[in-house]
Amino acid sequence: MAVYKKTYRPYDGGLTSSLTRFLVIPRYAFEEMRKSRFLTVFYITSFIYPLVCALIIYVQHNASALNLLGVQNANRLISINTTFFMNFLGWQSMLALFLAAFTGPGQVSPDLANNALSLYLARPFSRVEYVLGKMWILVVLMSLMTWVPGLLLFMLQAYLEEGWTWMHDNSSVAVGLFVGSWVWLLILALMALALSAWVKVKPAAGALMFGVFFVAAGFGVAINGVQRTRWGHLLNISALIGSVWVHLFGADPAVNNGGVFFRMPQGQELPLWCCWAALAVLCLICLYMLTRKIRGMEVVR
Amino acid sequence: MEPVIELDGLEVRFGDRTILKNLKAKLTGRSIGLLGPNGAGKSTLINTLLGFHKPTSGTARIFGKDVRTQVREVRSLIGYMPENDAYIASMSGVRFVRLMAELSGLPPEHALERAHEAFFYVGLGEVRYRALGTYSLGMKQAAKLAQAIAHGPKVLFLDEPTNGLDPPARLRMIALIQEIRDRGDLHLLLSSHLLRDVEECCDEVLILKDGNIAAFCNLEEERRANRRFLEVETRGGVNGAFAEAVEKLGCETATGAQGRLKLILPEHLEVRQLYQIAADQNIQIRRLNHKRDSLEDIFLKAMEAADGRL
Repeated sequence: MAVYKKTYRPYDGGLTSSLTRFLVIPRYAFEEMRKSRFLTVFYITSFIYPLVCALIIYVQHNASALNLLGVQNANRLISINTTFFMNFLGWQSMLALFLAAFTGPGQVSPDLANNALSLYLARPFSRVEYVLGKMWILVVLMSLMTWVPGLLLFMLQAYLEEGWTWMHDNSSVAVGLFVGSWVWLLILALMALALSAWVKVKPAAGALMFGVFFVAAGFGVAINGVQRTRWGHLLNISALIGSVWVHLFGADPAVNNGGVFFRMPQGQELPLWCCWAALAVLCLICLYMLTRKIRGMEVVR
Repeated sequence: MEPVIELDGLEVRFGDRTILKNLKAKLTGRSIGLLGPNGAGKSTLINTLLGFHKPTSGTARIFGKDVRTQVREVRSLIGYMPENDAYIASMSGVRFVRLMAELSGLPPEHALERAHEAFFYVGLGEVRYRALGTYSLGMKQAAKLAQAIAHGPKVLFLDEPTNGLDPPARLRMIALIQEIRDRGDLHLLLSSHLLRDVEECCDEVLILKDGNIAAFCNLEEERRANRRFLEVETRGGVNGAFAEAVEKLGCETATGAQGRLKLILPEHLEVRQLYQIAADQNIQIRRLNHKRDSLEDIFLKAMEAADGRL
């Protein structure tokens, strides 16, 4: 029917699967994000480091390229090992934090500011699907920055090493890249959404995101200094995740104490279970914050 | 006839406060009005039907689907126009309605088509590409209606649809609601504290007071019944002769002072026959009113009842 024929008619067509309906939210969000030139440039820039890493791996395995550059022994300077991949993940995860701080606050706050949540949730669409849809946006974007290029680099290295042996011997690196990235992404996505739900002003929510990481870490260091303890590091989220990565990558804690920006100070390491527990508590707090705010109707008791 | 909405001992409590108290009713009308003073529980009832609040005890059903256990199915039947502003300010109107239709399960291409249709239908066709944040209050209300009907619901919940509208915008909104009602494709639940809105749009009314059902009436039946109820004022003739004559024709009468008479006409009797009798007896009929028990009367009676029930 032509749209100018002003009449109402019931809908009798087919419906989409309820299992994939939450993907409607990220599709609309990606279209909105594309309009931001800053985000587009930032996102493209975030792929420079993976490209540089790919180049390093290629050059490392290509004697003729090294000869061409006149640096025959350069392959001894850079080793493609656990540290290389941990540094890659550390750098990319830092960029993911910036991305979450830029894009996360704009996810929930506009819906809350104008009471749009009641419209979302008055449909066959649950709160879980809403949060999943919003998380999906961040998770997809950050995945493309972290574990996806990480695993591609890993496979490139395995290919150039010519054999399954290297892949098999270093399988913990692949596990570390994949699982470590996901732990980080989930924490970032949950935190970005929780802060976005509670702080309706976007710049303030973004600033608070950095505050949670850097101010809390500084506070933790102050606690350590005053109390002569190391438990203040429980407030240092990046150091906690760094410790988890060391475990997931199967690295030797005495040699390697985390990726770039994510290092736990040597000699002050916390037990691994404490790091996992602290991160789990952080996730639970974020989920609680989301549960309180993502409602069709706010109840004033 | 399957009830559109069935309230089965529905009780909703927030903390210590009981907002809805053991509501029991079967609403079958095409257009149901929900009336009550502020704080009576109208919006809470709507929010409970939408599954936003869990009933403390009892339940409610919409077309037989339980709001407690079948929230998803219930919501797929409903189009909801909330009382307060509800939109995404930076989105264009048609994009917003399309998003909402897709969340209701429509495929993207159908959602887009119906979003355009809905916008033209509510009279916002020309501004559908403008950001919702720039709309006037009346336009926002119409946009809310558009998103509520775009996915073709079976029941439309309208919570104070004329809130904040100027008289011409209110008339347009009422006309739209009447048109939707008269098409007969969906049922309406209209919540309002404005009696006129409900009277103009609804055929069944549920009146709430302090969380109780204060009254439930079928407006259509009331209107039909009232049509046979007359108040007559006469002059001249023999005292009581007119009353006797009309009683012989089957009318029930009650005589008042100064020639006033209240009577209920039987089905077969027409009003002009009263004039005929009056002329035969040389009586003047000075005044003849169809006594109308308006919604206002019903509402006021319900509000006067001490415990909130008629």
